[in-house]
Amino acid sequence: MKVSFKLNGRPVEVDVEPNEILLDTLRLKLGVTSVKRGCERGECGVCTVLLDGEPAYSCLLLTAQVEGREVVTVEGLRGDELAEKIARSLVEQGAVQCGFCTPGFILTIYAGLKKGLIKNVEDAKKLIEGNLCRCTGYLKILKAVEKLLA
Amino acid sequence: MFYKLPSFEYFKARSVGEALELAGKIGDYRFLAGGTDLLVDLKIGRYKPRAILDIGGLRELSYIINDGSRVRIGALTRLEDILRSSVVRERLPLLHEAVYHMASWQIRSVATIGGNIGNASPAADTAPPLLVHDAIVKTRSVRGERAVRLEEFIQGPRRTLLEPGEMIVEFEVPASPGLEEYWAYRKFGRRSAFTLSVVGLAVGAEFLEGSPVFKVSLNSVAPKPVRARSVEEYLKGKTLTDSVIETASKIVQQDISPITDVRATAEYRRHLATVLLKDALKEIAGRLRR
Ligand SMILES: Cc1cc2nc3c(=O)[nH]c(=O)nc-3n(C[C@H](O)[C@H](O)[C@H](O)COP(=O)(O)OP(=O)(O)OC[C@H]3O[C@@H](n4cnc5c(N)ncnc54)[C@H](O)[C@@H]3O)c2cc1C
Ligand code: FES
Ligand code: FES
Repeated sequence: MKVSFKLNGRPVEVDVEPNEILLDTLRLKLGVTSVKRGCERGECGVCTVLLDGEPAYSCLLLTAQVEGREVVTVEGLRGDELAEKIARSLVEQGAVQCGFCTPGFILTIYAGLKKGLIKNVEDAKKLIEGNLCRCTGYLKILKAVEKLLA
Repeated sequence: MFYKLPSFEYFKARSVGEALELAGKIGDYRFLAGGTDLLVDLKIGRYKPRAILDIGGLRELSYIINDGSRVRIGALTRLEDILRSSVVRERLPLLHEAVYHMASWQIRSVATIGGNIGNASPAADTAPPLLVHDAIVKTRSVRGERAVRLEEFIQGPRRTLLEPGEMIVEFEVPASPGLEEYWAYRKFGRRSAFTLSVVGLAVGAEFLEGSPVFKVSLNSVAPKPVRARSVEEYLKGKTLTDSVIETASKIVQQDISPITDVRATAEYRRHLATVLLKDALKEIAGRLRR
């Protein structure tokens, strides 16, 4: 079946099986490799994308579900001032270690700041609950957000 | 790919009418709202329907209406919309609190309240608040509409009163000044956030001729989320003194029948039910004294 949606600002049309998940469509058909494969059951956050501006897990969405909607990944945020600031702050605080979780964190933090939902570090702590990081212990990530808010 | 979804046909409904018509025609289908329960269940092979009927796009069922003595919530309202709703925060604070502690932003921005109840998990976190509020489930099929009390609607693990071709369209939630102010919520999980309930508990007080009537509900302690009727009966006409709270929190054992599963043992759940109820009643007693 054909599914059309907006990916990183551009309209795309893909031919998919009804049981195809967005994670596979992005990685295997559209070459979007910043979206990672982890638990595949909504528990780790490495497959996070922005769906109409809010974070969602691409491993728990049928590609057919995003028909007519807007999907954004970090590839689409290249050159975006806020996204670049977030990335730089994460790097400066040593919050990127193996880096596997980083694209997901950038998207969640980006959406939180963009929507005005992150006003302090406590807000950030709440909103990043669905992104796991096995390396940093989260403190460096929160430090990076704190620096952004300062 | 570790998990493989089974194959199925996929239909997207453009209106409630179309969804019900399709459901009647297909027979062997599952509704997909946000899919956060359903896709996991399909991945682990719990269900193998011939068709998936996507109702996620039905905007007409996404609303929160402050309607005098009650709040009406459309079945396809996303958890994130419930969390951000000032109507829910003010009139149904127990529901607000429960949703605040549910899943993660990524899940809440996709998952719906209809899916949480439709899935009929014993651990459904919107259930204890909705049970305390005596919520009514409105359903629709080509045969017409029905209104069923939530307490009867959920029958057991993943079993509801839904008939083939019938879908949940709305939750009608009675609100009251008592429950707006005198409530306490507890959720105990294996970690402090992004976790399923080991035991969840909602308690509230309403007022009948000036004296409080307590309502108590728990999840993850029985085949379905339950009202603690023995506790409620015992608390009738009583003041929440330390010894009344002590006794009430023991009586809750008569209202529950927990099992041991991957998250906790039955014994531990029994222990938690008593401890959490005691704690919640103390919080309400404090507010009542002010
Ligand atoms: C990582 C993770 C964490 C989670 N954490 C929590 C948590 O903390 N607390 C909690 O309670 N749940 C949690 N859940 C479960 C799930 O996210 C919720 O139950 C959610 O509300 C389901 O909504 P949905 O729209 O995604 O449902 P779906 O998956 O679309 O549907 C669930 C079931 O209900 C049926 N259904 C859906 N809508 C209707 C309708 N309108 N009429 C009739 N039947 C319908 C479907 O056919 C399906 O069987 C979690 C899930 C995951 C993957
Ligand atoms: S791969 Fe999607 S949440 Fe883990
Ligand atoms: S940096 Fe390695 S998982 Fe987060």
